[in-house]
Formats: sequence, C-alpha cells, structure tokens
Amino acid sequence: MWLYIVKRLLQMIPLIIGITLVSFLIMQLAPGDFLSQMAMNPQIPPEIIEDLRSEYGLDQPLLVQYFKWLWGVIRLDFGYSFSYRAPVVHLVGTRVLNTLILSLAALLVTWVFSIPMGIYCAVHRGKLGDQVFSVLAFLGMSIPGFFFALLLIYFAARTGWLPTGGMISPAHAELGFFGGIWDYLRHLIIPTIVLSTSALAYYQRILRGSMLEVLGQQYITTARAKGLPERVVVYKHALRNAINPLVTIFGYELSALLSGAALVEIICSWPGLGRLMLDAVLSQDLYLVMGGFVMSSVLLIIGNLVADVLLVVVDPRIRYHQ
Amino acid sequence: MKHRLGRVGFTVLLVLYTAVLFAGFLSPYHPAEHHRRAAYHPPTPIKFSLAQGFYVNGYELTDVAFKRYKLLQQQRYKVKFLAKGFSYRIFGVIPAERHFIQTAQGGHLFLFGSDHFGRDVFARILYGGRVSLSIGLIGVAISFSLGLFVGGISGYFGGRVDDILMRLCEVIMSVPGFYLLLALRAVIPLQLSSTQTYLALVGLLSFIGWPGLARVIRGQVLSIRERDFVAAAKAIGASPVRIIVRHIIPNTFSYTIVAATLSIPGYILGESGLSFLGLGIQEPDASWGNMLSAAMSIHALSSFFWILVPGLFIFIAIMSFNLLGDAIRDVTDPRIN
Repeated sequence: MWLYIVKRLLQMIPLIIGITLVSFLIMQLAPGDFLSQMAMNPQIPPEIIEDLRSEYGLDQPLLVQYFKWLWGVIRLDFGYSFSYRAPVVHLVGTRVLNTLILSLAALLVTWVFSIPMGIYCAVHRGKLGDQVFSVLAFLGMSIPGFFFALLLIYFAARTGWLPTGGMISPAHAELGFFGGIWDYLRHLIIPTIVLSTSALAYYQRILRGSMLEVLGQQYITTARAKGLPERVVVYKHALRNAINPLVTIFGYELSALLSGAALVEIICSWPGLGRLMLDAVLSQDLYLVMGGFVMSSVLLIIGNLVADVLLVVVDPRIRYHQ
Repeated sequence: MKHRLGRVGFTVLLVLYTAVLFAGFLSPYHPAEHHRRAAYHPPTPIKFSLAQGFYVNGYELTDVAFKRYKLLQQQRYKVKFLAKGFSYRIFGVIPAERHFIQTAQGGHLFLFGSDHFGRDVFARILYGGRVSLSIGLIGVAISFSLGLFVGGISGYFGGRVDDILMRLCEVIMSVPGFYLLLALRAVIPLQLSSTQTYLALVGLLSFIGWPGLARVIRGQVLSIRERDFVAAAKAIGASPVRIIVRHIIPNTFSYTIVAATLSIPGYILGESGLSFLGLGIQEPDASWGNMLSAAMSIHALSSFFWILVPGLFIFIAIMSFNLLGDAIRDVTDPRIN
C-alpha cells in the first residue's frame, strides 16, 4: 500500500513539471512581460524597469527563465503580484484554504445525501419516491451552477433568511466563538448547495444503477435465502460492492468540483482561489494568474491521488502493485 | 418513455434554434435600442379583449430612482402584427423590415421586461441566443475533429507518438477546466471586436474539450485496429491516414455522436460563464451569459426578477441537449437500462 502511494507520488513529478511548462508557455504567449504594465507608468523611471528586468531574469533566454521560475516555484516562490503588491504565495495561501473549506463542505453534502438517496431509489425502484428523485436528479444535473446560485441569492435577498454573499458578517467579531462558527456556516449554505447539487444528482443516479445491478446478483439471493434481515443484505452485502463506481467517478468529478467552486466563489463573493484568479485575469496580473493556475492543478492532482488510494481501499480486487 | 423525452428535447431545441435564426423577424425592437424612460420595465403580457383584439397595457414610471412602474388598466396599446420596424437581414443577406409583433406608438411591448438601459430583454434573448447556441455546435465540431484525429493517430500508431500525445492530454486534463480557461483568457487582450471575441471563445473552449475525447477514442482505436477489415485495408495498400479516417474513425461514431450531444452543454456553459464574468462577449452585443451579469447586483436581482430569464434559457437549452443525448444513447446502445 505505502509502496503504491510512493509510486504514485513519484509519477506526479513529471505531471507537475508538465503543468509548470504549460503555464510558463501560456505566460510567454501574453504580449509583453510582467513589467510592461509598470513600464507604462510614467512615474517609474525606465532605469528601475531595466533593473527589475535583469533582477527577474527577463532579459535572459527562455529556457533560463523557465528554470529560474521553476526553481522559485519549488521553493514556493511564485513571484510578486503587482496589483496586490504582495508575494503571490501569501495571497494564494489563504485563498486555497477557503476553496478547500467550500469544496470539502460540498463533498461532504454530496456523499452524505447521495448514498441514502441512491439506495432508497434502488430499493423502491419505479415507486413514486424513485420517480420524484429521478426528475429532481435530472433537473439538478442540468441546471447551470451560476444560474442556480443567482436563484438562491434571489430567494435569500427576498426572504432575508440567509446572507447573500461573503464569508462572514460585518459584525462577525462581536458574535463570540459559537456565534462566529454559526455565522460561517450560514454563509456556507448557499455556495455548498449550489456546488453539491449536480454531483449529488449524478452520484445518486450512478449509485442507483449499480445498486440495481448488484441487487440482482446471486449472492444477494443467497444472503436473503439464509434469512438475513433486509437491512444487512442491502447495507452490508449490496452497498459494499455497489459503491465502487462512485469512488471511481469521484476522481473524475474533482476537476468539475474545483471549476464549479471557482464560479460559485465569484458569484457568492466567497474569498477563494477562483475569485482571486478572476481578479488577476481582469487586472492582467500574470504571476498571480499562474500561481493560481499551478495551485489549482496541484489541488486536483492531490485529489486524484486520494481518489485512487480510496479506490484501492474500497475495492480489494484492484491490485495496486501492478 | 425515454424516447418521448428525447423527442421533447429535440423539439425544444428545434424551436430555440429556429427562433434565434429568425431573431430579427421575431423581435419587436432592435436588441441594442435604448428606451430611456423605460429602464427595468416589467414584462408586459399580451392581453386579449373582443372589442380591441390583442393589446398591451401602458405603464407609468412612478419612482424614477427605484424604477417602480404602475400598471394603467385603462391605457391600452394595440398589438400590430407584421408591421414595419427596424431593418434587419434574414439569414444575414435578405433585407427585411417586417416584424411579427409590435405595438402602437407610445406603448411598450416588453415580453420579458427590459434591462438597465431599457433594452428589450426578449430581443436580446433572441440575438444573444445566436451566440450561446451556435458556440456549442461549432466548439463541439472543432474539438471533436481534433479529438478524433489525435485519438486516431495515437491509437493507430502507438509507441512514442502515442506516449507524447497522451502525456499532453494528461497535462491538460490535470488542470481544472475553468482555471485553464481563465489562464488562457488572461493571455488574450480583454478588448477585442465581437467577432474576434467569439472566435477566441470557440478556440479556448475547443482547446479544453479535446483531450478527454482523444483518450477515449484512442482506447477504441486500439481495439478496432486489430479487426479484420483494418488488416484487409492494409493489405490493399491503403495509407495510414486513409485507414484512420475512412475505416477506423467511422466505427467510433456510435460513441462519438452521443458524447458530442452530451458535451454541447459544456460549451454553452463555458461561453455563458465567461461572458457572465465579463471575459466573453462584451456589451452592447448580447449573449445569455453577459445578460445574466446584471443579476450580480443584489439590488437589481431582488427587485427585477426578469433579469434572470436568460439563465432560464440556458437551463432549458442544456436540459434539452441532455434529454436528446440520453435518448440517442438508449437507441444506439440497448444494453444500458
């Protein structure tokens, strides 16, 4: 097992180098370099620009620049954000944490609700409940996240039940410890619902399908025949086997989760990586864009690794030493 | 059951595409025409009475600051059919100026209300739909050609070529799509003409779309290339390109057509998402995404619910493509179910 994880970690290295190369090439596609915008500013004398240019190595050949930048990235130095006037890594750090909070909340909601719903639909196949969930799942898979977010914000604004955006209330500091946590949770509700809906609907359908398949197997009939209670048959014998496809798609879905999180963050003013990335794109702050880009990829790669390890844990048929 | 739903999806799409094709004829106003005294005008339903035929009520702007309107029951404006209005071109060539519905001078015919400049949301939905609906088709066409080609080459030749192409796909796929979209968008200047923006969006979305497809096609090609008819084609002396294009790729179509239909929503979402964030189609041109960005203001969102209508159209279009795709999948692959 540990050997497998170490092997996967080693496989990540060329992938991450590939990603840094792609992001470096994208940077090179941009007209001008990072200092072009500063050079437009008449208050900054050209000599300083030239000094900065040689300091950052922008007057050297491309390959040298790449390795210089890569060496920086390895030491977690992503460069300097000119619009925020701060090192990129400081800006990205807190944002990554917020994005993780939101994504994990959405994952939690997805798994906690999709499994019972999928089981319910499979066990009550064709009944009213199954049909209602089927329609809801279809709607959930089709609704665009940003439209759904706007709808929920509309209701929040009309009713006043929930905050319409942000991560904390203006009066957060006066709320005390438990009040503060409650305040965070209230702000999390809308983004989490929006982010988990489509995955929830999708997982529910997948689990329903695989449960139906497993429930038709002979060992289920055997389990029933030897007089096991239905609860044990469904949860212990069927679910353990039916859950594998769910863990498999979990890895694929992570990319969609991170992409979705970015859009939801922007609409709900959640101070995450997506929001930062948009601001960076709008202000043409290239170091920041690339920092966000590399960080989001690292998040995704780590997520995929976790998904693979989970798959091995859940499904003993997969031999990880192969 | 599934087939019927698929037909519903297909019909809805047919209606949507026809409507945006004849956007000029169907819209009562030019999509960029400002109505100064009618910003955030509420929707005006068409009513019917035996005495007057079809009419719309007049509205009075009672609060200029908060854009509150009062319905005037007694003030009625006749709805005119096929009357002359702004000039447009059918299919971009035939000049015309007749419009399906319009209203008498002094009245406003805003089926879906008006936006912050007093522009007709209905007309903007129709014109914006041209962008949002066509980008899905063109984007899918480009990325699928690319995906089929790369997947075909990679699977057919194998070896080093395969390794390099697949590693490239993996790198592109290991970046969350939206971040890649944003990073690439950062490289393209923000101020472009609307045609350039459109092309840039198509290019970006296609670039992100192809790797996933190429990988699946590669897997299929790996098994197809071992089949007898490929060996036969090789024996006759057909060139590799001919074998890939004429013999192997057509055999992947049962998968590709379903995958294409089901991936169109992704392109529509990509375009509307970027336009929504102000990185795509720019004002005064309309797209369903950039129309929705007015709803980013909480005040506008909570007071004028009709600015959410473009979102409803995105939802309907995506749902219809999903219904259609599911139905085609059931027809082509009877094993599922």
